[in-house]
Amino acid sequence: MPPRAGGPKTFGAGGGKPKDAKYTLLRLGRYLLDYKWLLIAAILISMTSNVLALIGPMLSGYAIDVIEKGGVGSVDFPSVFFYAGWMILSYIGSALLSYGLSVLMMYTTQKIVGRMRKDVFEKLMKLPVGYYDRHLTGDILSRISYDIDTVNVSLSTDLVQIFSSVITVVGSFVMMVVISPYLVIVMLITIPLSILYTKHNARKLRPLYVTRSEKLGAMNSYVEEMITGQKTIRAYAQEKVISDKFDTINLAGADAYFTAEYNAAYMGPTVNFINNLSLALVTVFGAVFYLLNMLSLGNIASFVQYSRKFSGPINEAANIIGELQSACAAAERVFRLLDEEEEPGDVQNAIEPHDVQGDVVLDKVAFGYLPDVQIIHSFSMHAHPGSIIAIVGPTGAGKTTIINLLMRFYDIDGGSIRLDGDEISLLTRSGLRKSFAMVLQDTWLFDGTIYDNIAYGREGATREEVIAAAKAARIHSFIQRLPNGYDTMINGDGVNISKGQKQLLTIARAFLLDAKILILDEATSNVDTRTEIQIQSAMQRLMKGKTCFVIAHRLSTVRNADLILVMRDGNVVEQGTHNELIKQKGFYYQLYNSQFE
Amino acid sequence: MKTITGYLKPYTGRMILGFIVKVLGTFMDLGLPWVLAYIIDEVIPQNSYRLIALWGVVMLLLAVGARVFNVKANQMASKVGRDAIVTIRHDLFVRIQNLSGRQLDYFGIPSLISRMSTDTYNIHSTIGRLQRLGVRAPIILIGGIIITFTMEPVLTLILLACLPIIGCGIWLISRKGLPMYQALQKKIDAMVRVVRENITGVRVIKALSKNDYERRRFQTVNQEVCGQEFRAGRTMGAMNPMMNMVLNGALTVMIVIGAYRVNAGHTEVGTIMAFLSYFTMILNAVMSINRIFIDLSKSTASASRIREVLNTPFDQPVREIPREDSPYHIEFRDVSFSYNPHDEAEEVPDCLSHISFALKKGESLGIIGSTGCGKTTLINLLMRFYDVDQGDVLIEGRNVQNFQMADLRKRFGVVFQNDVLFADTIFENINFGRGLNREEVRAAAEYAQALPFIEKLSSGFDSEVAAMGTNFSGGQKQRMLISRALAAHPEILILDDSSSALDYKTDASLRKALREHFASTTSIIVAQRISSIYQCDHVMVLENGQCVGYGTHEELMRDCEIYREIHESQMRAEA
Repeated sequence: MPPRAGGPKTFGAGGGKPKDAKYTLLRLGRYLLDYKWLLIAAILISMTSNVLALIGPMLSGYAIDVIEKGGVGSVDFPSVFFYAGWMILSYIGSALLSYGLSVLMMYTTQKIVGRMRKDVFEKLMKLPVGYYDRHLTGDILSRISYDIDTVNVSLSTDLVQIFSSVITVVGSFVMMVVISPYLVIVMLITIPLSILYTKHNARKLRPLYVTRSEKLGAMNSYVEEMITGQKTIRAYAQEKVISDKFDTINLAGADAYFTAEYNAAYMGPTVNFINNLSLALVTVFGAVFYLLNMLSLGNIASFVQYSRKFSGPINEAANIIGELQSACAAAERVFRLLDEEEEPGDVQNAIEPHDVQGDVVLDKVAFGYLPDVQIIHSFSMHAHPGSIIAIVGPTGAGKTTIINLLMRFYDIDGGSIRLDGDEISLLTRSGLRKSFAMVLQDTWLFDGTIYDNIAYGREGATREEVIAAAKAARIHSFIQRLPNGYDTMINGDGVNISKGQKQLLTIARAFLLDAKILILDEATSNVDTRTEIQIQSAMQRLMKGKTCFVIAHRLSTVRNADLILVMRDGNVVEQGTHNELIKQKGFYYQLYNSQFE
Repeated sequence: MKTITGYLKPYTGRMILGFIVKVLGTFMDLGLPWVLAYIIDEVIPQNSYRLIALWGVVMLLLAVGARVFNVKANQMASKVGRDAIVTIRHDLFVRIQNLSGRQLDYFGIPSLISRMSTDTYNIHSTIGRLQRLGVRAPIILIGGIIITFTMEPVLTLILLACLPIIGCGIWLISRKGLPMYQALQKKIDAMVRVVRENITGVRVIKALSKNDYERRRFQTVNQEVCGQEFRAGRTMGAMNPMMNMVLNGALTVMIVIGAYRVNAGHTEVGTIMAFLSYFTMILNAVMSINRIFIDLSKSTASASRIREVLNTPFDQPVREIPREDSPYHIEFRDVSFSYNPHDEAEEVPDCLSHISFALKKGESLGIIGSTGCGKTTLINLLMRFYDVDQGDVLIEGRNVQNFQMADLRKRFGVVFQNDVLFADTIFENINFGRGLNREEVRAAAEYAQALPFIEKLSSGFDSEVAAMGTNFSGGQKQRMLISRALAAHPEILILDDSSSALDYKTDASLRKALREHFASTTSIIVAQRISSIYQCDHVMVLENGQCVGYGTHEELMRDCEIYREIHESQMRAEA
C-alpha cells in the first residue's frame, strides 16, 4: 500500500480560512449563475420586502405627528387610521415577501447543493484508486456531507442576509437624510465608531479563536486516542498518569476558550453602548432641533427607529463575514476535490477485449507509488492460460501491487503488460477489468438484498443463473434458510450474516461473473475452522480453468503453483516454482523454513 | 440537567453576584427609552436647553453603566463556565477510564469519544450563554413589561396580548418542523452510507464497471436529501416572518390605541415613542429566548448523555474471598461467561463454557481456535475486564475479584489484538509511564526483535510515533507492543494474536528470546497459526467457547480432530 496522507482528525470550532478566496468565489459564482433568473427574482423580492419594511417607521412618524398636532380631544383619527392602515399593509406585505424569499432561496440552494453533491460523487467515480489509498474515508465523507452542508447554510441564509443588510443600511440612511440631514451628523460620530470597534475587535479576537480551536482540537485528539486505548491503559494500570496528563490539556483547552470568551465579552455590550449612545445623541439633538422648529416629534420617532435598523446589520457584519469565510474554506475543500486528477480516459480506438483466454505477460515492468520512489524494477513474467500464480511475502511487502497493476488501478511507469498479446493500456478499462473476477479478503457487500449483491457483477443475470452461482459457492442452502431467502436485506455492516458467509457471497458473485482471470486473496481470518474449509473448497472450484493470481497463505497453494512471486519491501525479489526457489536458498527458502524451525 | 446543575453549585455565590451585575446592566439599557419619553413629554415643554443637555448626560451615563456592568457580568459568567467544565471533563474522563468491560460495550467507544468532545463542548457554551443571554433576555422581557406598565398600562396590554400569539406560532411551527429535521438527518445518514460504501468498495466497483449503477443509486438518495431539506427549511423559514409580522402588527395597533389615549388625555406622544423602542427590544428578547430554547434542548440531550456515563455505578467491587493454598500460578475453575447474560428470551450460547485449566509458574499456554471462539474473552476474564458468570479465576490461589485492580494488573505484560500505540516517542510507548530506564527499554526491544528497525531510524528510541502508530508497518507496531509487554519483566505475559504480522523468521526468533529470557514468566499466547504455539507447555483448542482439546502439541495431534484439521489446513503440504 502506498503511504497515506492526512493528519490526525481534529474537531472543534472554526472551519479555517480559505487560501484563494477570489478563485473559490468565482467558481461558486458559476454554480449560482446557472440559476441566475431565480437569483434575480430573489434579489427583487428581497428589495421589495425590505423597502416595505422601511416604510413602516416613516408612516409611524407621520401618525405620531398627527396625534401630536391634534392633542387632547382633537386627534385627527381618519389620518391616524390612514397611516396605520398603510403600516399594517406594508408590514404584512413585507412579512409575506420575506417568507416567499426564504422559500425561493431554499429551493435555489437545494438545486445548487444537489448539483454540487452530484458533481462530487461523479468525481469520486472518476478518481483513480490511488486517491482512495492516499485519503482517509472520513476525510472524503466530510467533503460531501459536512463541507457541502456548510456551503448550503451559507448560501441559504447568509446571501439573503447580505442582500437585505445592504438594502436596509442604504435605505435607512436615505430615510434619515430625508428626515433630517443635520441629525445624520450625529450618526457620523457613531457609525465610524462602530466600524472601527468591530474591526479592532476582530483583529484582537482572531488569534484568540485560532488558539482556542487548536487547544480544543488537541484535547479532542488526546481524548480520542486515550479512550480508544483505554483497555491498554487499564491493563498497565496507567489511569492516573493518563488522567493527570489529561488535566493539563483539559485546563489549557478551557483556558483558551475562557480567554477568547473573556475578550469577546466586550463585544456585545460595546455594540449596545454605541447604539445607546446614538439614541442619547439623537434624543438630545432631536429635542434641541424640535425646539428650534427644525423637526417634528414624529421625525424623531422615525429617526430613532431608522438608526436602530441602520446599526443592526453593521453589528452583524463581523458574524456574517466569519460565516462566509468558513463557507468559502469549505467550498475550497470541495473544489480541491473536484480538481483532483482523474483516472485518464481510454486511449482513442481502445480495443474492447472479448473471448479472453487469460494469457498475461509482464515485460520489464517498472513501477512506484510515489513519482520518485521506484519499488518494482524491470520485472518480467508470463502467466499461461489456466495457470496458478502465487504471490507470497511477509505482511506489508506489497502483495497487492501486482494486482493493482494488472487491473490498471495504477499505471506502470515503464515496460509493458499484455493480455492475450494486447497491451493493456490500449484496451478499454471496463473491458480489461471485466476480464477479472476478484475475491478479496475485505468482502464488500452493499446495502441491498442478497440477490442484488450476487447479481451485482453481471447486469441482466437471470434468477436461475444467480441461484446456480450461489449453489456453486455452496451458499444456496444457507440463503434458503433465511426468512426472506434471496430477498433478505444485508444491513449496513452486514451484521446479520457471518464474515465467512459474506466471503462465500463474494465467491458466488465471482462465479456469476465467469471471468477468465481470477484474483484471489486466500486470507480468511475471522472465520471458524469449518467455514474456512468450506471457503477453501469453493475457492478451489472457482479457480478451475482460470488464470489465477493468488495472494497465498496456504502452503498447498504455494507448492502447487505454476509460478511463485516472492515479494519483499514492495519489489518482486524472486520468482520460480517451489522446488526452484527452495534450491536457490534465498528469501523464499528462509520464509518457508522459519515456519517449521 | 441534574448533574450539570450539581457541578454549578460551588459557584452559586459567583453566579448570584454575576446575576445581580447583569440585572443592573440590563435595567440601565431599559432606562434609556424611558429617559427619551421623559425628555419629549416633560423636558421639551420647559423649553430649557440646559435641562435637555442634563438629561442627555443622564442617558450617556446609563449607556456607559450598561456597558461596564454587562461586560463584567459576561466575564464572570465565562469564568464560572471554565471552572465548571474543567471539573466536568475531568470527572467524565476518569469515569470513562474506570468503566468495566460490560459498561464499555454498552456505550461503545465512538459514543464515549463524542460525549467527551462534542457533548462537553455543548455544555460549556451553554453554561456561558445561559448566564449571558439567558439572563438578559428574560430581564428585558419582564423589565420591559414592568417599565412600560408603569408608563402606560393599556398600551402594555397590547404588547402582552401578542406574546401568547407568538408563543403559539413558535410552538406550531416547531412542532411541524422539528420532526422534519429528524427525518432529514436519517436521509443524510443514508446518503453518507452510500458514499461510504462507494469509497470502501472502490476496487470492486471499478472492477465490475458499476459506475453508472452507483451514480443512479447516489442520485436517488441525493434528491431525497434535497427534497426533505427543502420541505423542512420551508416550514422553519416561516418563524421569523411570523414573529416580525405579529410584533409590527401590534406596534401599529399600539399607535392607533395610543391615538385614542392621547385624544382622551390619558397619555402623551413621548410615551408612544418610547414604546416603539421597547417593542423592538422586547421583540429581540423574544427571539433570543426562542434561540436559547433551541440551544437548551440540544444541550439537555448532551447533558443527559454525560450524566448517563457519570451515574453509571461501579460494577466490579473488590470482594472478600479467602485465599487458598495452591501450587498453581494461574487457575481457571469451571468458568462460564456470556457478554449478554440477561438475554434469557433468546438462547444465546455462552462465550465461554466450563473452562478449566491450571498453569504453574513459568509454564506457557497456547490457545488456538478461530476468531469468535472465546480466546480473547478468556484473557478479558483473567485480567478482570469482565467478571465471570460462573466459576473462579485465581492467581496464586487468590480470586481475581479479591485484588485491588491496579495490584492485579501490575502483574501482567500484555499485547491485545489490535493493540494501540500512542502519539509519543518510541521510548515512552515502551516505557508507558512506568519509570523504566534506557537499558531496560532497549533490552525489551531486543527481545521483541524490534531493536534492528528502531536503531535504523534517525532518532532511534526518540522517534515519534503517530497516533495509532500509523507511521509504522504492522510488523513494526507489533514488535513495539511486544517490547512494551516485556519491558517490566512481568509475572504473567499475554500475547493475544499479536505476532500475526511478523514473518515466520522473526516470529521464531521472538519465541526463542522468550524461552531464554523469560523462563520464570507464566505466559499465555493466543494465535491462529499453529507454528506460533505448538511449542507451549500446554495447548488449548477452543471452538465456540468450548474447550475441545487440551494437552501438548503431540497429544492433541493424536487425540483432537479439530486440531489436526487446523494443522492440516495450515500445513497441508506436509501431509
